[in-house]
Amino acid sequence: MKQDLFFDKKIPDRINRVDGRAKVTGSAAYAADHKMQNTVYGFLVGSTVAKGRIKSIDTKAAERAPGVLAVITHLNAPKLPSYTTGKDPSQPPTGGHPLRFFSSDEVFYYDQAIALVIADTYERVLHASKLVKAQYEKAVHQTDLDASLGKAKVPTGPRFEDYTRGEKDGYKSAAVKIEQEYYQPIDVHNPMEPAAIMAFWEGQDKVTVYTKTQGVQATQKSISDAFKLPLENITVNAEHIGGAFGMGLRTWPYEIAAVMGAKKVGKPLKLVLHREQMFTNVGYRPATTQKIGLGATTDGKLVGLTHDATANTSAYEEFTEATVNMSRFLYACPNVTTRYRIVPLNIVTPIWMRGPGEATGSFALESAMDELAYQLKLDPVEFRLRNHADSDPENGLPWSSKFLKECYQLGADAIGWKDRKLQPGTSKDGDWLIGYGMGTGSFGAFRGAATVKAMLHPDGKLILQCSVNDMGPGTATMMTAVASDLMGLPVNKITVQMGSTLLPPGPMQGGSTVTATVGSAVHDVCLALKEQIATLAGKEGAAISKANAQQLKAADLVFSETGVASKTDASVRVSYSDLLKQNNLPVIELTKESKGTKLPYSSYSYSVHFVKLRVHPATGRIKIDHVVSCADAGTIVSAKTAEGQMMGGAVGGIGMALMEDLVIDHRFGRPINNNLGDYHVPVNADIPSVDVLFVNKKDPYLNPIGAKGLGEIALVGVAPAIANAVFNATGKRIRSLPITQDKLLEA
Amino acid sequence: MINFNYLRVSTTKGAVDAIVRDSAAQWIAGGTNLIDLMKKGVMSPQKLVDINNLPLKEIKKEGNKLVIGALALNSAVADNELVRKEQPLLSLALQAGASAQLRNMATVGGNMMQRTRCPYFYNPDMPCNKREPGTGCGALKGFNRMHAIFGASDKCIAVHPSDMSIALVALDSTVLVSGPKGDRRIPFQNFHRLPGDLPQKDNTLERGELIVAVEIPDNKLNKNVHYLKVRDRASYAFALVSVAAAVDLQGDTIKDVRLAMGGVAHKPWRLMEAELFLKGKPASEANFREAAALAMKDAKGYGHNNFKLKLAPNTLVEALKTATGKG
Ligand SMILES: Cc1cc2nc3c(=O)[nH]c(=O)nc-3n(C[C@H](O)[C@H](O)[C@H](O)COP(=O)(O)OP(=O)(O)OC[C@H]3O[C@@H](n4cnc5c(N)ncnc54)[C@H](O)[C@@H]3O)c2cc1C
Repeated sequence: MKQDLFFDKKIPDRINRVDGRAKVTGSAAYAADHKMQNTVYGFLVGSTVAKGRIKSIDTKAAERAPGVLAVITHLNAPKLPSYTTGKDPSQPPTGGHPLRFFSSDEVFYYDQAIALVIADTYERVLHASKLVKAQYEKAVHQTDLDASLGKAKVPTGPRFEDYTRGEKDGYKSAAVKIEQEYYQPIDVHNPMEPAAIMAFWEGQDKVTVYTKTQGVQATQKSISDAFKLPLENITVNAEHIGGAFGMGLRTWPYEIAAVMGAKKVGKPLKLVLHREQMFTNVGYRPATTQKIGLGATTDGKLVGLTHDATANTSAYEEFTEATVNMSRFLYACPNVTTRYRIVPLNIVTPIWMRGPGEATGSFALESAMDELAYQLKLDPVEFRLRNHADSDPENGLPWSSKFLKECYQLGADAIGWKDRKLQPGTSKDGDWLIGYGMGTGSFGAFRGAATVKAMLHPDGKLILQCSVNDMGPGTATMMTAVASDLMGLPVNKITVQMGSTLLPPGPMQGGSTVTATVGSAVHDVCLALKEQIATLAGKEGAAISKANAQQLKAADLVFSETGVASKTDASVRVSYSDLLKQNNLPVIELTKESKGTKLPYSSYSYSVHFVKLRVHPATGRIKIDHVVSCADAGTIVSAKTAEGQMMGGAVGGIGMALMEDLVIDHRFGRPINNNLGDYHVPVNADIPSVDVLFVNKKDPYLNPIGAKGLGEIALVGVAPAIANAVFNATGKRIRSLPITQDKLLEA
Repeated sequence: MINFNYLRVSTTKGAVDAIVRDSAAQWIAGGTNLIDLMKKGVMSPQKLVDINNLPLKEIKKEGNKLVIGALALNSAVADNELVRKEQPLLSLALQAGASAQLRNMATVGGNMMQRTRCPYFYNPDMPCNKREPGTGCGALKGFNRMHAIFGASDKCIAVHPSDMSIALVALDSTVLVSGPKGDRRIPFQNFHRLPGDLPQKDNTLERGELIVAVEIPDNKLNKNVHYLKVRDRASYAFALVSVAAAVDLQGDTIKDVRLAMGGVAHKPWRLMEAELFLKGKPASEANFREAAALAMKDAKGYGHNNFKLKLAPNTLVEALKTATGKG
């Protein structure tokens, strides 16, 4: 990694993932790994129609099948206190009503659960589930976005009103312009660990769940709303998550159904979605059609940008994401119009998928920028530099930090951008055409609220607690790195306890905010803990007390594994065990809430992805040779896990660009490639070397550790970089993802 | 639970008898296809007759033929010295299939017998004449990007997914079977069939006939060979189009050539006319193109798979170029 160019300080030691050993040895327990006596198994039976009503449902054979304890349907489901009522304020959709399984006979999408079968073994419940038979009063479903554009509407709520600055659709009067349409199909998160929950009740009003969620508190709130129970009666645990990519950002109907089923049978219930159900019941990146109008002066200054997006939602909820928002702030451009619409379809509600709307939006925006650069005969990097936004054009605020130009430079050098030929189709290697492309990514940087408890033990062991969980990016590792740095403790002396509502409240793991939020909270609690230690160490008569009864401050001390010592005289010292003994304390502990304040700055993370690839024009094969991803994410707190994040984002972006596409047969309203054999994601052989470069410059305002976010920008901008490289190689502009052989050959 | 009986046999006769006796019984070899189909509810044999203990794993030379036992593992065949030396095309085709784990389980017989990957076939509540005759072909007017461009019928446009079989048909192999009426030799060409009005029948085996071996006659096709598989990702995906090409090249002249295509028909698709055209001609891109045009004469697209009309000839040319190093 190139380290010398921009940083404030050396990227910290390459800490290994602190939960790595537990994960690779199998001792890390995921939701469905938890074992309890008398556990029973649930399985959801899905609707075979995409819209209509259940006319009749025959559960007799299933009920009689060996081992079956219950079959819950809309006919016999316990009426939950709030089971059919309105919207759930703790959840993402901005409008509509959350779906509750078995609350009515209505079917909104294919494979919506119409029954929950519960039996004593997994095999028996699977079998019994096949015996449930339903008759439907079918209605005409709609699953095709293209065919329903006439039903597009502005989502409820102020965030999605049409936006114009300067002249509306001002690009039209530009000297050089393009107007193009771009399409993003449905992509499915498909984390390795399927959606799973284990629920058990103690009595009638206390429940504990292990579930695959990205936010234990949000799940707790959902269960509280559904069952009208006080929050403290509900414990939600999700210490380890086997990836999620956004799938776990809300409570899904299957989770509420499982909690209900566990209550009904009075036993611990385990419900794991089958891989096929992962494609139909727990969200996806919505299908989105986009139109971009982009215009510039002949010397490459942007005049106008219009970005329209229409995406699908479900038939019962409004799902929204920030698809068009990047177009408002990424470039200095006087006339910008954005419009965002949604269309209800008979598919489960989408849910944010890594780099949510921005990934979709940047495919359109960054492809369009590339198209206009060709028209202008300008290098695409140069074109972007000419339109660099020095302050936020949306609100006029200065940036809290922005090192996008540095990203362009780092990446262009590393990929060998100077070898790129401006004229498409002119760089060859035998029968293969070589192409270079780049794309910019951005995502809002934000610091939320988190409370962290720190406990220092006599042997110098530090325990950190927060309810935040870790779906894979390395949150515990990041927390350890921050604390290790501040407390002068080696990594192995620090233990992070996380992922439970029994711990101090932390944020959802999502939106690239966890490091900025929880990392800062760890920072704050460590500083406070150090002061507390200093106060104890400096008490009158204590080891390091100062002359004239002046209060000892943390700044006067050196903190290490063994204890604290005076900064001015290292021989004046006290071990933690002595300090605790002297003060009659078993442990020094401190809990601190910490959060951001509203700043007079605009804050975003940035990434630039460079791709070199080759296309075999006769057969449409694409082989990616090299990816360079550069990020301005503020301070890099933990280098190894940060690199891992970026590499994972590049892999996800390659899948998005070249493979992922949930195909729905609209005649039946159901997907036909809902399995991992037919729904393609990259395999190892598809992934080239991915180089990750960080600017690693602190954001001076956003939070005390100077970190912005990384998870989303790792993926945002990868797909257009690939599409642009394909154009550079072949002269073929594919505006509909994924870029597959059929599209390349027919273009 | 859908219970089934399990029987392990150790002789060919035992295997045949067990199937003949019980109309709901089925052989299981590696199980990599059959178990999936059972899980999906596409097939539900009431008895599994495990044939893995049959002595049919050998790969050996018999006179001027290479004989490969029906239970030889895909990985064992691909890695076998004799195969790599004498019939490298087969080794290449096997390596292009599935994944290392699957190849370690899959057998030669099972590979030939694997069912189509058509999504309509795989989903019991979708129409499919192959799975449930009379329900219609879901793919014909549905999503048919992976489907046939040769020899399809309005009853079925599915393709046979095997890579290994593309090489075997190109190499003029013969299938040795043993059944209730005795032993029989089936030219590989005639083993799989076109769908016609009976799409439920993948091949010409009679009930109770067990594949015991595959025979490949000696040839001079071990230098200039290539198996080119175009697919949606670099590995672990079925072919959009694949081409097996083996050329006996003398100087610039094509003495002998074998060509077959995968991913394009209900059976491994041998390209006789193209072969005939090329024989005796110089290896050149122009000739390859002409051969490809001949090969495509009766091709027909069904919508999503129209791109194969371009992809197939280009893949053929590319495979020939790579095999011969010419053009
Ligand atoms: C995810 C995945 C990806 C794959 N990708 C590819 C690919 O890219 N290319 C490819 O070619 N294949 C691919 N395959 C298919 C794989 O090659 C087959 O599953 C395998 O070859 C089947 O062999 P088996 O021994 O496991 O057969 P089994 O599953 O045991 O049997 C299959 C059928 O053959 C019958 N049978 C078995 N042996 C005999 C015999 N001796 N005589 C008569 N009948 C017999 C059985 O009764 C059964 O009906 C893939 C499979 C999977 C699961």
